[in-house]
Amino acid sequence: MTDNPQTEQQVLVEAEAETMIPETGSQDASAAQAPVSAADGYWIDGEDIADTKADLSQPIDKMWQHRQFSAALVNPANRRKLTVIIVGTGLAGGAAAATLGEAGYNVLNFCYQDSPRRAHSIAAQGGINAAKNYRNDGDSTFRLFYDTVKGGDYRARETNVYRLAEVSANIIDQCVAQGVPFAREYGGLLDTRSFGGVQVQRTFYARGQTGQQLLIGAYQALERQVAAGTVKMHTRHEMVELIVVDGRARGIVTRDMVTGKIQAHYADAVVLATGGYGNVFFLSTNAMGCNVTANWRAHRKGAYFGNPCYTQIHPTCIPVHGETQSKLTLMSESLRNDGRIWVPKNAEDCGKDPRQIPEEARDYYLERIYPAFGNLVPRDIASRQAKNMCDEGRGVGPAVTERDHDGNEREMRRGVYLDFADAIKRLGQKAVEAKYGNLFDMYQQITGENPYEVPMRIYPAVHYTMGGLWVDYDLQSSIPGLYVTGEANFSDHGANRLGASALMQGLADGYFVLPNTINDYLAAGPFEKVDDSHPASQEALTSVKSRIDKMLSINGTRTVDSIHKELGHIMWEYCGMERWEDGLKTAIERIRALREEFWTNVKVTGVNEDFNQALERAGRLADFLELGELMCIDALHRRESCGGHFRGESQTEEGEALRHDDEFLYVAAWEYGGDGAQPVLHKEPLVYKAIELKQRSYK
Amino acid sequence: MAVTGLLLIGFLLMHMFGNFKMLIPDDGKEFNEYSHWLREFGYPALPHKLFLWIFRIVLLSAAVLHIWSAAKLRLRANANAGGKRYRSQKFMEKSYAARTMIWGGILILLFVIIHILQYTAEVLRFGYDNPDRSLAPFDRVLAGFSEWWVVLFYAIAMVAVCMHVLHGFWSAFATLGANASAGARKVLKTLAWIAAALLYVGFMIPPVLILFGVIGR
Amino acid sequence: MKVTLRIWRQANANSTGQLVTYPLDGVSEDMSFLEMLDMLNEILTERNEEPVAFDHDCREGICGMCGVVINGVAHGGQHTTTCQLHMRSFSDGAIIDIEPWKAGAFPVIKDLVVDRTAFDRIIQAGGYISANTGSAPDAHATPAPKREADIAFDNATCIGCGACVAACPNGSAMLFTSAKITHLAMLPQGQPERYSRVKSMVAQHDAEGFGGCTNIGECSQVCPKGIPLESISQLNRDLVKSLFKGDGKAS
Repeated sequence: MTDNPQTEQQVLVEAEAETMIPETGSQDASAAQAPVSAADGYWIDGEDIADTKADLSQPIDKMWQHRQFSAALVNPANRRKLTVIIVGTGLAGGAAAATLGEAGYNVLNFCYQDSPRRAHSIAAQGGINAAKNYRNDGDSTFRLFYDTVKGGDYRARETNVYRLAEVSANIIDQCVAQGVPFAREYGGLLDTRSFGGVQVQRTFYARGQTGQQLLIGAYQALERQVAAGTVKMHTRHEMVELIVVDGRARGIVTRDMVTGKIQAHYADAVVLATGGYGNVFFLSTNAMGCNVTANWRAHRKGAYFGNPCYTQIHPTCIPVHGETQSKLTLMSESLRNDGRIWVPKNAEDCGKDPRQIPEEARDYYLERIYPAFGNLVPRDIASRQAKNMCDEGRGVGPAVTERDHDGNEREMRRGVYLDFADAIKRLGQKAVEAKYGNLFDMYQQITGENPYEVPMRIYPAVHYTMGGLWVDYDLQSSIPGLYVTGEANFSDHGANRLGASALMQGLADGYFVLPNTINDYLAAGPFEKVDDSHPASQEALTSVKSRIDKMLSINGTRTVDSIHKELGHIMWEYCGMERWEDGLKTAIERIRALREEFWTNVKVTGVNEDFNQALERAGRLADFLELGELMCIDALHRRESCGGHFRGESQTEEGEALRHDDEFLYVAAWEYGGDGAQPVLHKEPLVYKAIELKQRSYK
Repeated sequence: MAVTGLLLIGFLLMHMFGNFKMLIPDDGKEFNEYSHWLREFGYPALPHKLFLWIFRIVLLSAAVLHIWSAAKLRLRANANAGGKRYRSQKFMEKSYAARTMIWGGILILLFVIIHILQYTAEVLRFGYDNPDRSLAPFDRVLAGFSEWWVVLFYAIAMVAVCMHVLHGFWSAFATLGANASAGARKVLKTLAWIAAALLYVGFMIPPVLILFGVIGR
Repeated sequence: MKVTLRIWRQANANSTGQLVTYPLDGVSEDMSFLEMLDMLNEILTERNEEPVAFDHDCREGICGMCGVVINGVAHGGQHTTTCQLHMRSFSDGAIIDIEPWKAGAFPVIKDLVVDRTAFDRIIQAGGYISANTGSAPDAHATPAPKREADIAFDNATCIGCGACVAACPNGSAMLFTSAKITHLAMLPQGQPERYSRVKSMVAQHDAEGFGGCTNIGECSQVCPKGIPLESISQLNRDLVKSLFKGDGKAS
């Protein structure tokens, strides 16, 4: 069930952990007879909620225009009196900081890296979607909207997605004006390519480094504002707490990662643009530093967490090599444009040199099962089929030791071929090199194999989290004054994100949406001054310090990484590509035990007043250990399959995801229940007026 | 740095061609006349030795500016990357000449001083020791280079000069913006090799021929 | 495989550092270089010793956060970033020296971590195109010739890791600066600020204390993104031209 091989140490640790699990009925298989409900004690049902900012009486294509008009404005002279904190400098955060700075607000911008240019948006490879219809292939705002909602398996909020499609074209204009060197054709105009889940060519790209180029564009705009004095940049600062005063988000507490200084910063509004939480799985394509701490701290202070279980497992990553692996590397989805995915028809061929396996003995399974979309089916489907092929014993590459669902050890090959032989024959090696050269080089560097000669081996890996803090149409969370943008919010991708849509969302939120909605809130400001003497600030500062002191004082026997790896293993096994009720219950118990172990037996060396990377990681892990449980509870309560959330109990006869719109057509917005208490489930019913609900089909 | 460097390289080329006059088998007549002409150029329209002095001043200021820029560059480099940086520093580019420009430059400066003391000021009189009599230029050269160790000294000093030119020639053009493409880089580096080799061979022909008695009276 | 590491340990910017030797056994050749350091740090933590501090983030060669001098060569000399370097590049029993970037303008923060904010300030001096959000014309309004657009892209791939400075015997950051100059100079959108940009960025480069360029070429050799020396010549061309342009902007 996993491609995540265990170390002997991990196995041992797990055996220990298992003995620590308290005897509960939830481990009993018979508990699965009645559908799980709040009565089982995992959560509490709360009131339904709704987005109040989008006016549903408007036609969908007029809604954004209408909202911009109805939102209160702040005149330029008053903007100078208002301060906005933005945490994160990726596409969503950097773009927002630059844009709000240009507008004349005082922006305080924070990132944990040494420069805003390092944010993990930089690693996005393939491209960015935009409904420009430069190809004349029938694209339109509505089609991009439709594809995105369908790709998200009808679990996204229609109004937000339409707006996303609407502003997508402006993003390309903005980026070109900033000097983003998109790929061009000989006539000097922009080139586009196709991406998974769609039948038009609307993806703009800059070789395999689109995210880098877009981020550098936003970074340069941001640095321009730093020079202009409107943005004050705080690098190597990690947000460790949110300050809420009289129900409004008014500031954050940061730890200076060089000196250890704990400091509060205040503003009239706070924006979190802190990305996703894929690192809860330990192994993911996220950067090592990506974390959920900012979001989780906000969640604990009252921000609802939307759909935490929606995670995207990306189909084309380099397979795991061994137990000391620290991260997984993505091979851009764009490779599926020209590469063909296959496994041997017969399990006996799996150990052979792929070049010796004749054409008729290969199973191009995506082309076989989904003739209309072929290798370009959405990510969730491509991933699950790769898993299915390997589960059938037809995986390729070296066998790795893993544990199945019942905890038995086994040897499995976890990989499928992504073959460019046809493309090289058709286009020539030169053309393939021009398109994918840097990806091929990266593959060779990591695996030591030459993909021009031997087919690449790929396997799915955790890549993106569709879930995130719940926000309304204005991107405001359930805490007034707290805004959440980009991957950190839940709003646009439903249960599955289409390729080249994350960059689109990050920049849409940062450049065009937030700067036109946050004014509605700020117009009532400036709010009453807050400083360190305020009880809310005191509470936040003290809790941060005592938490750090606690972590440093435990001095147990387990390193932060060893606990993190164990958490990742639990998450991948039970809350990964396929989820079952009993497994999720097991996972919840194990995570609780592991969290207990963390707080009693972790070893964090050094002191706070120093550059202390172990302490940074410990703080992040502590929050992952709480988030992981909520993800499992969310996955447990959603007894349907949709997009990246595949519940084993809910599948069609062909093994495709089976939604239950009658029961689950809603966003699960979780309210923090308190330490050790159950979270409260608020449902935001999803209203589809512009799009008809259908069972997704890519056949 | 680049402009003054190119001026100095230009001077070296002129100097080399001037030296070739020694190859004319006329007992140094042409060479001596050339030396004389350098002093009297423009005379009588211009005062005696004026041209020579203008020439000397231009050269000297080029050299001074060149050294001044070098010192400035060096100080900046030392401030930012001075001292022993890495335990086992390795270099990826074949850049020995480039990395040792400052040392090459200092060697060249010392050499030029000796060279001027020997042939212009006649303070150092290698191969002849009469303190009262000034020799004709051609005879000075003959006297100096009939000593094997003088030739050896010049041969070594010229290695420093040509290594300096090898990097300096290409580097000056690159600094002036001529390194516009990979192709241009190849051309510039090839030209630098040619210039350095030409200077070495050109400057070493007369001394070697003198040492072996091919040139003489 | 077994390796002997000699790692630069330095408590902070004000203390002096030194190389400390750590033997490490059980290294797999499939491990990345940083995973090997992770392994060492796990062992050090278990022994109650302070782990080695090193910068890293994406571990896929694009964020530019990682970077150490390995056996005297920035990023280890495989034309990649440190994170993309794998242990199969080393032989069993190898002695590996690991040191931070050393340059006055990059003060050491701790162990292998240095402060590279000087790069941000060079960008702040003009490494951008002034285009406020919302003011852009249609993306196809101005075609850009493919050749120039490709050169712009090649230069825009700079990840700001600082290897060029670490390798340059002069400690010059000209390759970094010129990559940005060239990126923006090759695009039609970059023309209006072209000459004021080069002046102010070079002035900031010098003010940060970086050394001057003497065209040695070490920078380009260690650049994980292969930024060519030609970019510096492009900067120089623009700088010379800028002397003849009155742009109204202080340099």
